[in-house]
Amino acid sequence: MDTHVFKPDQPAPALSVGPLGWLRANLFSGWFNTLLTLLGLYLVWQIVPPLIDWAFIEADWRGETRADCSREGACWVFVGERFGQFMYGFYPQDQRWRVDLAVLLAVVGAAPLFVAAFRHKLRYGLAFLLVYPLLAWWLLHGGFLGLIAVPTSQWGGLMLTLVIAAVGIAGALPLGILLALGRRSDLPAIKVLCVTFIEFWRGVPLITVLFMSSVMLPLFLPEGMNLDKLLRAMLMVILFEAAYIAEVVRGGLQAIPKGQYEAAQAMGLGYWRMMGLVVLPQALKLVIPGIVNTFIALFKDTSLVIIIGLFDFLNSIKRATADPAWLGMSTEGYVFAAVVYWIFCFGISRYSQRLERRLETGHRH
Amino acid sequence: MNPATPQTASGEKLMIEMIDVNKWYGQFHVLKDINLQVRRGERIVICGPSGSGKSTTIRCINRLEEHQAGKILVEGVELTRDLKQIEAIRSEVGMVFQHFNLFPHLTVLQNCTLAPMWVRKLPRREAEEVAMYYLEKVRIPEQANKYPGQLSGGQQQRVAIARALCMKPKIMLFDEPTSALDPEMVKEVLDTMIALAESGMTMLCVTHEMGFARTVANRVIFMDRGEIVEQADPETFFHHPQNERTRLFLGQILY
Repeated sequence: MDTHVFKPDQPAPALSVGPLGWLRANLFSGWFNTLLTLLGLYLVWQIVPPLIDWAFIEADWRGETRADCSREGACWVFVGERFGQFMYGFYPQDQRWRVDLAVLLAVVGAAPLFVAAFRHKLRYGLAFLLVYPLLAWWLLHGGFLGLIAVPTSQWGGLMLTLVIAAVGIAGALPLGILLALGRRSDLPAIKVLCVTFIEFWRGVPLITVLFMSSVMLPLFLPEGMNLDKLLRAMLMVILFEAAYIAEVVRGGLQAIPKGQYEAAQAMGLGYWRMMGLVVLPQALKLVIPGIVNTFIALFKDTSLVIIIGLFDFLNSIKRATADPAWLGMSTEGYVFAAVVYWIFCFGISRYSQRLERRLETGHRH
Repeated sequence: MNPATPQTASGEKLMIEMIDVNKWYGQFHVLKDINLQVRRGERIVICGPSGSGKSTTIRCINRLEEHQAGKILVEGVELTRDLKQIEAIRSEVGMVFQHFNLFPHLTVLQNCTLAPMWVRKLPRREAEEVAMYYLEKVRIPEQANKYPGQLSGGQQQRVAIARALCMKPKIMLFDEPTSALDPEMVKEVLDTMIALAESGMTMLCVTHEMGFARTVANRVIFMDRGEIVEQADPETFFHHPQNERTRLFLGQILY
């Protein structure tokens, strides 16, 4: 009887692998692509050196007033001098440590959730979500337990942006998930309710919603009852973003095969356990890119609160550039704003990519 | 003994009783007057051409499908719209699917401990012990910490069997468990099922594996167009089929 002899593996041709192979395949794979590569290099040469020149080499770094902005490039003295206002708005100077402490507590408190070896993430996370908002309210607003009150009308800057974004995200995600489940419910009343809610909030612009919340809502509230302006804004952001999250999550729910529901049901799991243990963990993992997309949009949309007279990060910069003592500094101000927004959004995006990789279990539906 | 549990003439307990069960998908009449009695420890193979209603029949037993007329009793308890009762019955009836339906976001071990922990309320450690016991029974304890996506089809189906057994069910339903497998992997799954049959489990299997039916089944049921056409012990069924339709079907699948 013959025995088949298998051929040994051969190495790949040298020009198809390694850095040389990569260059050939990606940058110079034909005359047209070579042309594009060269054009790209030329554009980079034209744009990047002058930018570095303006932002770093020719820039003013030291000084205290407008008069110190003497050189050709950017004048970062402006940003340095107004940094406190950009970060805290009109929060009293001697109380700003409270904001720093709240941020520090958030970072320290949330840190265990990012440690892979920590086992009780869910329980800890829920406890954190319950305790931290109360703690943050006490620190930021105060008025009891030994801290003097700082009304929300004095909040501003990056701090206000982060507060609105964080509350918006923390509120919109669970509400959005419930709406998505409700929209797929077998119970007609719940389904109609959820569809109506989602379609209403998706159909109006956020700026209109915010405007209505400050102009119309007080008309409907009973005499003497006055809902805090910031609270109203946060409520509107939550309701508005929840409708978007709901549709993103619904997309994920639809991608889960029927067999997963059946397997869960066949074991005797009820609706909430089936959803919570089997369906949602998979659906939410699938829609991480969509959810993060919504969160990033939310983070940037917070600057729309200017319409109801709240001064978030972007608007405190805008206001500072209008200061007669610092005329002509708007470029520096907006570049600074762009950089800060970009750092936050890029951070969210990187984290979501890491999360996706960590949740990857080698399965394709 | 539960006095409500129906009995056969010989005094054995009935695990499943289907009485004049009818079901429609819209206007399409999928199940017509299905009558079926399954005694404790019985191993039944249901075969028939595709669309004959065999999968639908066993899916009615754990209410993955709702029947519109007739009665289904599992261990003497009738299946109604009562959700609590349906969930109670489901926890006693294990099911293995054609496409495994393992939970891809959980490890093999977590797949096996999920229902015991959340439905039976077993503590984690105990649930894990039970899971390891059954993973050893299906001969893949070493895969316990892998994800389903890292296993072969045959291994996944054996995990699915172990997962169902972890609930210590009284009845096991198999819905074409080997139809989605590569030919090389059919045997390992069938061997697991044969071992399970030898342990005395009450089993209902929808399958085209006639070899399995011959060696394991007490009774073979042939269905066509939503009706039970013929049922008999394997010897009679394969060698002396009574019905012309059965003979034709057997002629097509046994070459």
